[in-house]
Amino acid sequence: MAKLTIPAEELLRSGHSACPGCGAALAMRYVLKALGPETIVTVPASCWTVIGTPYPTTALDVPMLDNPIEATGASVSGLRAALDALGQKGLTVVGFAGDGGTVDIGLQSLSGMLERGTDAIYVMYDNEAYMNTGIQRSGSTPSLAWTTTTPVGGASRGKLEPKKDIMAIVAAHHPVYAATGNIAFPEDLIKKVAKAKALSGPRFFHVLAPCPPGWRYDAERTIEVGRLATDTHLFPLYEVENDRYRITRRIERPKPVADYLRLQGRFDHLRVEEVASLQEAVEARYRRLLALESASA
Amino acid sequence: MAREVLSGDYAQSYAAKLARVDVVAAYPITPQTSIVEKLADLVVTGALRAQYIKVESEHSALQACVSASALGARAYTATSSQGLLLMHELLHWASGMRTPVVMGVANRAVAAPWSIDVDHADSMSQRDTGWIQFYAESNQEVLDTVLAAFRLSEDEAVRLPSMVAMDAFYLTHTVEPVDVPEQADVDRFLPPRSKVGTLDPHRPTRLGSFTSPEHYTEFRHAVASASKAAAQLAPTVEEEYARIVGRDLGGPLPRYLTDDADAILVTMGTATTTARSTVDALRAEGRKVGLAKLRRFRPFPSEEVRALGRTGARIGVLDRSFTYGAAGAAATEVMAALYAASPRPLVRSFVAGLGGRDITPALVRSLYRHLLEEEGPEVVWADLKVPPGEATAEALHG
Amino acid sequence: MTAGLASPLPPPIDTPLATVPSDTLTTASWRTFRPVIDRGLCTRCNLCWKFCPDIALELDAEGYPVLREAFCKGCGICAVECPPKAIVMEKEV
Repeated sequence: MAKLTIPAEELLRSGHSACPGCGAALAMRYVLKALGPETIVTVPASCWTVIGTPYPTTALDVPMLDNPIEATGASVSGLRAALDALGQKGLTVVGFAGDGGTVDIGLQSLSGMLERGTDAIYVMYDNEAYMNTGIQRSGSTPSLAWTTTTPVGGASRGKLEPKKDIMAIVAAHHPVYAATGNIAFPEDLIKKVAKAKALSGPRFFHVLAPCPPGWRYDAERTIEVGRLATDTHLFPLYEVENDRYRITRRIERPKPVADYLRLQGRFDHLRVEEVASLQEAVEARYRRLLALESASA
Repeated sequence: MAREVLSGDYAQSYAAKLARVDVVAAYPITPQTSIVEKLADLVVTGALRAQYIKVESEHSALQACVSASALGARAYTATSSQGLLLMHELLHWASGMRTPVVMGVANRAVAAPWSIDVDHADSMSQRDTGWIQFYAESNQEVLDTVLAAFRLSEDEAVRLPSMVAMDAFYLTHTVEPVDVPEQADVDRFLPPRSKVGTLDPHRPTRLGSFTSPEHYTEFRHAVASASKAAAQLAPTVEEEYARIVGRDLGGPLPRYLTDDADAILVTMGTATTTARSTVDALRAEGRKVGLAKLRRFRPFPSEEVRALGRTGARIGVLDRSFTYGAAGAAATEVMAALYAASPRPLVRSFVAGLGGRDITPALVRSLYRHLLEEEGPEVVWADLKVPPGEATAEALHG
Repeated sequence: MTAGLASPLPPPIDTPLATVPSDTLTTASWRTFRPVIDRGLCTRCNLCWKFCPDIALELDAEGYPVLREAFCKGCGICAVECPPKAIVMEKEV
């Protein structure tokens, strides 16, 4: 019998309303395993509003507060201030927001929270589009992906613009800690969250959360898709601690990005030259990450 | 009790200090700014032991207060005009989550075009958000009302947020002598918050939640019931305040020389002071005129308005804002309250004092004259420089 | 689990405060396929448990995965991720 490689404690309850194979549900499950019960979570309008199950039920075994979509950064600041004012010690405050609620409409309050140094963890679970409303493009949707608002047909090849680099935006605020995570690598994610829990000040996680209905793949492939995102260098796992970059999963011989793309219906329309352009972009981004790592070593 | 010379802004700041707020979150905007500057001073010097969150917008200011209040903290913010409009979404959250935040509002006109001067369009635009709304006439009233608002908002039967509004510059930046109560008296009047209905940091509950049609209506009705409870409890809160601090707040619609009046003007905020002196002058001339100050707009004091209607006087309601396509917001409420009165008094909606235009004694005289002598239209823009339809560039700018 | 909570609180009637655990619900009806575990092939590596988004697998005293039927949505991640292919998805009847 193999030893468990992640904590046994479950603070996400069964019965939640996530779609089958949901990456966002796994993201919450792993983050809470790392943080433990002394945690308060504030959640904006996002898939997690629904996953959390309707009144009078709740899917978390920790307190949860709802907040409007653009205000997660402010909500964590309010929660932290109240705990400090009321002398409640030992609690971790977590904002748990989607990509649209973070990189688009919520960017201002995230920036505010980072800049004013709120002692809290902000987790962006990235399913790369407005999935709760039904697959509309967000600033975090990758180039050339199909969404319902970047349809493919005629001259349109899906989303034209590149994915917003939220880690660079966050890093520009110089938080004490920022890291990427991937639900396909729970040990890496949980280790980083546990490390972040022990720090104080603003901490940020960018967690890739594959979405079967939105990315157009069968629910059983969520982990496989997630794993390929990292093992192709498309979504590298790294951390930024006090401005120092460190890659936490090193892939010496990355798989072709095409292996990742071909599993997903949202990239079905890609031509050979478009796949090649994405491959080049992934390699260029990875080289920049390596340069950041060596420059800050 | 110490008498100090305070601006309306500072009266807000000192009231928040006396209330021993746990959390302040605020973003600067003219003419609210000196409230939050003073609070920053009070926190830095240790006079107020509070967490002061320097937010990046008014939206975040109120979100931070709502989240803090959800955990049981006493939270205060202040804003004005565009800032209040930006908060609008959170105003609904605050009442829906039953978080008794108290907010100072420096009443200022809204753009476009820009204006930094007084009118009530900012807070009147928030009338349907479930907030309790007070309008102050003096800086003393600002301070007293903020304290009373905390007590009323935090009552277990209420748990609704309050805004305490005051006219831009006339109060915010004008200093007056203000009696500042003793901390011990305020502590007796305003005990620490009850934590009923809040998010317990050690219990796995979810505040806010996601409802089906099976539950939603009942939560809306709960806010309506709480608003009604606020109206019922307000006299008790004011009696307590009078007993402990020694000042009468006057209820939601204090009346002045109304019993035998032929014409009564209903006013809000600082226009009341001008109107009161004009009433004195007109009385000296033998005109039977009176005044009622609408101190609390939400919950609306319909019973008190009906009692006012029973004087038989003609009633004019002076609004410093306008509900486009209808009338002044307070006027429509007064009309609605008097709909079933028999006989139904004449009610006229006067709109004046927008964007800081002075409400002068001469203007108030003209309103009483209009009420007493004219059959004219139901809605009167009383201080337009030129009558509608006759506006020319020359008349407007000449 | 969270300290001090012996049983869920009744929801307050005037505040949108949800107090009832979601595992009082069931999502079994979402399922078209169900995972069937072959204990003979299972190596007790617990990957299926680790990757289940619905916490629909629990490990018994010997470390074998056991299906929590009320909660499995039939996504099939466990079957795909199982190294010895000890889990197969079978259509519900």
